[in-house]
Amino acid sequence: MIEGLIGKKIGMTQLFSTKGEVAPVTVIKAGPCVVLQIKTKEKDGYEAVQLGLIEDKVKEKRLSKPLLGHLKKVSAPLVRMIKEFKLLSSENPPALGDKVTVDLLSDVKRVHITGTSKGRGFAGVVKRWGFRGGKATRGSMFHRAPGSIGASAFPSRVFKGTRLPGRMGGQRVTVKNLEIMNIEEDKDLLIVKGAIPGPKGGYLLIRRLLSDGKAKKRE
Amino acid sequence: MDLLSYVEDKQMKEKIPHFNTGDTVKIFIKVEEGQKVRTQVFEGVVISKRRGKNRGTFTVRKVSFGVGVERIFPLHSPTIEKIEVIRQGKVSRAKLYYLRGKRGKKARIKESEPQ
Repeated sequence: MIEGLIGKKIGMTQLFSTKGEVAPVTVIKAGPCVVLQIKTKEKDGYEAVQLGLIEDKVKEKRLSKPLLGHLKKVSAPLVRMIKEFKLLSSENPPALGDKVTVDLLSDVKRVHITGTSKGRGFAGVVKRWGFRGGKATRGSMFHRAPGSIGASAFPSRVFKGTRLPGRMGGQRVTVKNLEIMNIEEDKDLLIVKGAIPGPKGGYLLIRRLLSDGKAKKRE
Repeated sequence: MDLLSYVEDKQMKEKIPHFNTGDTVKIFIKVEEGQKVRTQVFEGVVISKRRGKNRGTFTVRKVSFGVGVERIFPLHSPTIEKIEVIRQGKVSRAKLYYLRGKRGKKARIKESEPQ
């Protein structure tokens, strides 16, 4: 069984339950993916599969020649996004060129989703670390600045790890235990409750929970 | 490619009577009480409508025992059984928030001529 698959964020909306409760949801186009390579214990030292996300409008001239050669080997369609996923069990081993669709997740209730968060550029300390900033008016003359960072005689340096302005966002972020609200196999849609990192159209890794959400027993 | 509206369209009700702000409407709401499902009626003036596919809402205002009561309903909520338009009002504003500050005669809305 493959651990997960690649998807693309479509956007957020809301869904009604039969009781009329509204839940915020994210719509994801999950798959279809194609198996490009199978890594084995004997050859590569671990068990995994390499998946490529099948999308519309992938231009051949935009792909590198080494990648085209790699795809040609398994006569796969043109793909841009390639990721590796673990093989969790040896039942139904995938074959080269196999399609992986959202059906893969039909037996799970929750998933982990990894994406790249939206880049915020060079962000100040209020946005980046949640500092409170100063008064806006009344002559405070202190608005969004970080304040003192190193003092005088002691310590007369800036401690390592001090929260300062800098690049924010554009990082790999994983959201765990997202509840699956709906799966539409014919449209390759996965609908999960809550928000997901990244912009619309951003690539996502959708992985099943190894323990299926149950907390580990304490001994 | 518009997969988002595909998801949203499926949630939308097909038949919702047309009404505008200023109209007086009767909303039949399903209320669950333990095992029983009862229908509750809320009648008042529509003071605001928000669009947006399955996310659209509307606000109904009524004055109950001298106290103004407003409820916001999701237009496509499954708990709304039925919407009845009782009276069509003639107003020149999309949002009738000014009604909140008025009472009695000043809070009246002229009835529009049926088209």
